[in-house]
Parts: sequence; structure tokens; C-alpha cells
Amino acid sequence: MFYDTLIAPFAEFDFMRRALAGVIILSLSAAPIGIFLMLRRMSLAGDVMAHAILPGAALGFLVAGLDLFAMTVGGIVAGIAVAVLAGLVARFTELKEDAALAAFYLVSLALGVTLISLKGSNVDLFRVLFGSVLALDNPTLIVIASFTTFSLFALAFIWRPLVLECVDPGFLRSVSGAGTAVHLLFLTLVVLNLVAAFHALGTLLAVGMMMLPAASARFWTQDVTRMAAISILIGMVSGVGGLLVSYHANLPTGPAVILAAGSIYALSVVLGPVGGLRKRLSPGRHLEA
Amino acid sequence: MTAALAFQNLTLGYDRHPAVHHLSGEISEGALLAIVGPNGAGKSTLLKGIVGLLSPLGGKISRNGFAAKDIAYLPQIAEIDRSFPISVYDLVAMGLWKRAGLLGGIGASDRGKISAAIEAVGLRGFEARAIGTLSGGQMQRALFARLLLQDAQLILLDEPFASLDAKTISDLLELVERWHGEKRTVIAVLHDFDLVKRHFPEALLLAREPVAWGKTTDTLSAENLLKARRMSEAFDDAAGICEDAA
Repeated sequence: MFYDTLIAPFAEFDFMRRALAGVIILSLSAAPIGIFLMLRRMSLAGDVMAHAILPGAALGFLVAGLDLFAMTVGGIVAGIAVAVLAGLVARFTELKEDAALAAFYLVSLALGVTLISLKGSNVDLFRVLFGSVLALDNPTLIVIASFTTFSLFALAFIWRPLVLECVDPGFLRSVSGAGTAVHLLFLTLVVLNLVAAFHALGTLLAVGMMMLPAASARFWTQDVTRMAAISILIGMVSGVGGLLVSYHANLPTGPAVILAAGSIYALSVVLGPVGGLRKRLSPGRHLEA
Repeated sequence: MTAALAFQNLTLGYDRHPAVHHLSGEISEGALLAIVGPNGAGKSTLLKGIVGLLSPLGGKISRNGFAAKDIAYLPQIAEIDRSFPISVYDLVAMGLWKRAGLLGGIGASDRGKISAAIEAVGLRGFEARAIGTLSGGQMQRALFARLLLQDAQLILLDEPFASLDAKTISDLLELVERWHGEKRTVIAVLHDFDLVKRHFPEALLLAREPVAWGKTTDTLSAENLLKARRMSEAFDDAAGICEDAA
């Protein structure tokens, strides 16, 4: 029973093992990066960048078809361009950043869908929008794993200034000129991880592996390092859980993974010891002074 | 006595509007200087200029012998994100940045220093608490512990005692006086004239332009304070270009 439910799907099917490797590798770096997006109040920016990848990947698709290299490069270029552009529009015009981001997000999505439809079928469109976790081939897994490896090293390297810039940007500027470089590297990491997630989950769901585990982890600890570790764990559990549910119930895989992450988020909101609902609704009697 | 800092006809500001206008003078090494003046007088701006966060619009700041790493700067507490999930211990440990940097290890002797700094500001037992759970006074104590670790020769404090109770202020003042005793140069932006008179031998009264600078008792005369208030007019959008000799 245990074996049939939890192990057999992966033991029997190659595509399930690849999908498993994909979601686990993705969680390793996407989830902690999501933590910093959340703590810097950039959750919406992450969502916008995920959409911004689409027109770039679509251009790659127009040039080379469903080619891993072309779509990856296109996605990275478009993602970084939009990150920089949205920042510039917010900084140099009267438009507030959230409105600038919303504008970019809508235009990117419409443009991407249009470009894909020029040459592709509805199947191709479905694939770029919602991904194809079960169709991850070896080259794609290698791309995802390389991005994750790079991200983990880079994150370790900029961890201290990244934390400092979130808590006390004035202090960081007074001790180091690295703030801007760190911010740019961080945005690059966001784009790299979104492109990796895009291959598995598509443009609409990619950001889910980043933000849902992060938002859930916020409810379990008050320490950023532990929060990152918890988010990785939540990402992995959602990945495995989603794959199994989709296998047994015959549901679409990408959405099942994100729904699993969403369920953990809902549980965290209700049960989480740090600011969760249960704590708020029945805080218990007050303590001695 | 050598000058720690010298300003030559210094103008600092934002978007070409001067917030500090034509300031000249010297701060000697080991000075304990209070900067006072009305809101919008350019006090915080001057500190930012000294740290190097803001480049002068005109004139010049000479940091004779002070490298950037010899300066410790305490921003106004409002600039800190207190909802960030980080412990008191880790916040204080940031003071070691200049030595540890990106990847340097924090060894046993460093951990000893961090604990000693936390102890010195009276926060023992709070090491593992998240900064979001601290009161205003406790937070300011933690930031002073971080300053202790920075071990800098020039210490800049921007409104360090704003909305703190008397006990906290007197504890933190003890640290300031200890730094003064160790011949460090301390510059603090303050609003409480009584406190300045009691603890700070020198004061600079700023109202964008320097009104008075020297011994505290002379600087804070009724006449000077009145003059400062008159000079602190509003930010003038239609201001012309300053023709005063640069």
C-alpha cells in the first residue's frame, strides 16, 4: 500500500523520476530566492518577471521552434530587460512601481501569446503557459540543475549584503558600495530561476514554486536562515505531493504541484505559530508580566 | 589638535536644492559635537554627506585620514525594516562587516565580542529574539551594540535618542561619553537642548546655513535660536540659481 502509493509511480516510470528530479532541484534555489522577494515586498515584481519571460521565449520559439537553447536565452534576455525597464519607469516617471509592473505584465502576456500563435499550435501555447513537468528531458534537467547550482553559490556569496540591504539599507551603504551590484545580481538570480521553472511549470505557474513556499515559510519562523530552509522543504514536499496526486487522480501535473503548494500555504496561514490565524483567534490567556 | 573633518564652503542637497548651504569649518579629532536646528535644517543631510552617501553640490568635505571603514553611522531608526526576520544577535553581528565582509568567518573571539557588546547595552538574554519583538528603546540599544562592534574612530548618530525614556537615554549617553573618553570623534544630531547643554561641549546650530558653531553655551543662545527659526523657511520650488561665490 505504502509502496504502491508513494514509491511505485517513481520506480516504474522514467518520466515520473525526471519530474521528481526537476521539482526537487527547482525548490532548492527558487524557494529561498522567493523568501527575499517576499521580504523585499517584491512578490508582485516576481510575478511580472515570470510573465516577461514569455515574449522572449516566444521569440526563441519563432526562430527555432521548441528549442531548449533558444527559448532559454530568449527568456533570460526578456526577463532581465523587463526587470530593468520596470525599475527605470518607476524611478524616472511619476508612475508608481506597482502600476508600471502591472502594465509590463499585461503587455508581456499578450505579446507572448500572440508570438507563439503566429507559428505554433494550441498545444504549444498550452505548453508554454502551463509547462510540461512530465516531459522534462535530460538537456532541460541539466539546464535547470546548472541554474540552481549557480544560484546557490551566488546566493551564499551575496547572503550577508542581501540581508543587510533588506533590514538596514542605510547601514549597508555606509559600510559598503556593493548594494547596487548585489541588487542586480539578485534580480538576475530571480530571472534565472524563473526561466528554469518556466520549462517545468510554464509562464503562468513558474512563480508559484518561488512565492508559495516562501509565503508559507513566513508563518513558521522568525529567522531568515531557518525560513529559507523551511521554504525549500515546503517546495520539495509540494513537488512530490503534487506529482503523486496528479499521477493517482489523473490531474494535470503543473497545476497539481502548485495546488499542493497552495494547500501547504493555506495550512500555514491557519496553523503557523508566527502570526497564523489560530494564534490570533485563540491566543491563550496572557502570560505573567 | 588635528582636524578630523573639514568643510570648505560645503553645499549638500537633493535635486539641486541645497539642504546644507555654504558650510565651512573644522571638527577636531576627539570632539563631541551636537548638531541642532529646526526640522529640515539639513542636519541628517550633513551626516549623509560625511559618510559619503551624498556627494556635495558644491565645496568639499575633507576626511583627514579617516577611511570609509573608520566611520560608523547610525541612521534614523525609521529607516530600518523592523519586520525583517532576524535576531538581535545577527543584527549586532553586522557591526563586524568591515572585518568579516562577504565570506569571512565569525570565530570564537568574534562571538565573544558580539556577546560583550550585547551585554554592554543591557540586552543580555535578548540574543535570540526577533528584532520585530523589541521595544523602541531595546532596538536602539541593539543598534548601539552594533556601533560598539564597529569600533570606529568617527561615530555619527542621527537622532539617537528620539522617543526614548530617561533610563535608556542615560545608559546610551554613558556609551557616548565612553567613546569620547577613548578619544573617538562623535557627532550627534539632537533636538533636546538641555541634553546637549549637559553632555556636549560643542554644538553646531544649523538652519541650512550655519547659524553658530562653537562652545555649546555660546551656540545655543536665545538670540541664535531665534535667528535659526527665522532662517528655516520652506523649500522654495522657484528658487533661482545661487550666485553666492562658490
